[in-house]
Amino acid sequence: MTGDYKALKLIASSNPHIRNNEDTRSIMLDVLIALVPALGWSVYRFGFRALVAALVSVGSAMCWEWAYRKALKKPQMLGDLSAAVTGLLLAMVCPVTLPYWMLIIGNFFAIVVVKQLYGGLGKNFMNPALAGRAALVACYASQMTNWIAPGEKAPLSLSGVDVVTAATPMAMIGEDFAGLSAQYSVGDLFIGWVGGSAGEISAMMLLIGGLYLIFRKVISWHIPVAYIGTVAVLALLTAPAGASAVTYMLYSIFGGGLMLGAFFMATDYVTSPVTKKGQIIFGIGCGLLTVFIRKFGSFPEGVCYSILLMNCTVWIIDKHVKPVRFGVDPAAEKAKKEAAK
Amino acid sequence: MNFGKQLKEGLITNNPVTVQLLGMCSTMAITTKMSNGIGMGVSVIIILTLANIFIALLRKVIPDEVRIACFIVVIAGFVTMVDLSLQAFFPAIAKSLGVFIPLIVVNCIILGRAEAFASKNSVGASAVDGITQGLGYTAVLIILCAFREIFGMGTFFDAKVMPAGYVPAGILTLPVGGFLCLGALIAAMQWALNKSKAKAESKGKEAAE
Repeated sequence: MTGDYKALKLIASSNPHIRNNEDTRSIMLDVLIALVPALGWSVYRFGFRALVAALVSVGSAMCWEWAYRKALKKPQMLGDLSAAVTGLLLAMVCPVTLPYWMLIIGNFFAIVVVKQLYGGLGKNFMNPALAGRAALVACYASQMTNWIAPGEKAPLSLSGVDVVTAATPMAMIGEDFAGLSAQYSVGDLFIGWVGGSAGEISAMMLLIGGLYLIFRKVISWHIPVAYIGTVAVLALLTAPAGASAVTYMLYSIFGGGLMLGAFFMATDYVTSPVTKKGQIIFGIGCGLLTVFIRKFGSFPEGVCYSILLMNCTVWIIDKHVKPVRFGVDPAAEKAKKEAAK
Repeated sequence: MNFGKQLKEGLITNNPVTVQLLGMCSTMAITTKMSNGIGMGVSVIIILTLANIFIALLRKVIPDEVRIACFIVVIAGFVTMVDLSLQAFFPAIAKSLGVFIPLIVVNCIILGRAEAFASKNSVGASAVDGITQGLGYTAVLIILCAFREIFGMGTFFDAKVMPAGYVPAGILTLPVGGFLCLGALIAAMQWALNKSKAKAESKGKEAAE
């Protein structure tokens, strides 16, 4: 017997013993790849400031993660790229005109407060990027709703970005649907010729990225389909008088942050339920809250808060939606329980 | 009676807010501006000291079964005095502190010190305890107020201190900001306390060896 038994790598786990080369890094790399089309569109549409903002955000997210783990003498995990994904997502849910230093503060909140203080990757109960956005909205409300008008480009300047602004489709959909449909066609919304957050405007580019993730089996279809499906059904039911229900539904699902939220935020492994059934409940909950906030809330868009709220319910969903153990017949179990009573 | 030791306890090792975690509600609610913090801190020092003295005086008379009610009556008397004086001489502070001055009656620090200290110790020691614990509370209020006012509003004692281009972080003046700042302060304090404790322990071990 060797005395150095701790150095021996004996892996004791129950079957099935499937091996593959998938790890956090490869998954996060896939997410980054899937975000490239939307980022590309954002750069094409808003100018190079979108790219610089994304780089600043990714860089600061990684710096905060490194600094926190360095200060607390914990092993460095930058290689798993999860901080980079958080940084990129945060840049994409903020207006492109946001001063860079605000992005750095948002990343501090996302990485240090929401992720690292709870123990790092895998232990945070909220999506860091969305929580960072929520903190920025609470801090800098006017800068976070400074939406650049379609056709305008954002200058690269450090702060004080002065551009022509316009209401986003989400601000108009509730109050003036006729005006919205006169200004933007469904195609405009789908391709992304509208105002909005840096990475949210193009439903098409986000769909391409989302489908890539599903095709690569990084995410399953359950959450996005349940989420977008719920919003679509509710939009069909609540269409304003005088407008075609289907058109209203299309505006509802292509506008705002729904595509980005459904494919990239709600599907975060750490903050979504484990089981498929749980994921469907989670998606439906997100959809309901999104529509409720859009319809009745004081904010024009509800994707961010609905996902954050549902993040807080994941532990309840996981507790009550347990899969049946292999080899157990649920009907027989139930009968046994009844008999015991 | 050991003033230095009690002062150290009140300010650091047994600070009412960051160690005993008492008086959280008022700490979070009023620490948005320096003037509020000073007003509240001074009010609490006065009330805590007077209440401690009188409860220590009466500690042999008060029956054990109804002591909490008796403490509250004594405290409420002093709170009313301070409240009325503030309204008479500092109406602006009284207005901005609002309901939190009358609420000092049920502030856990004062009831806590009455129960834990004044009802068991001499008048002199209780008076010192009131001053030192009050100072500890005020110190925390001032730290939080300074941080939240400078970064949340860009001002200090209502005078503009941040450069013109500074965008105030509105979150700091909201209750959320209060929780975050207080949490960070408590964490920092505990970290420092643990560190000095570990140091003292290793020193003690060396001395033993």
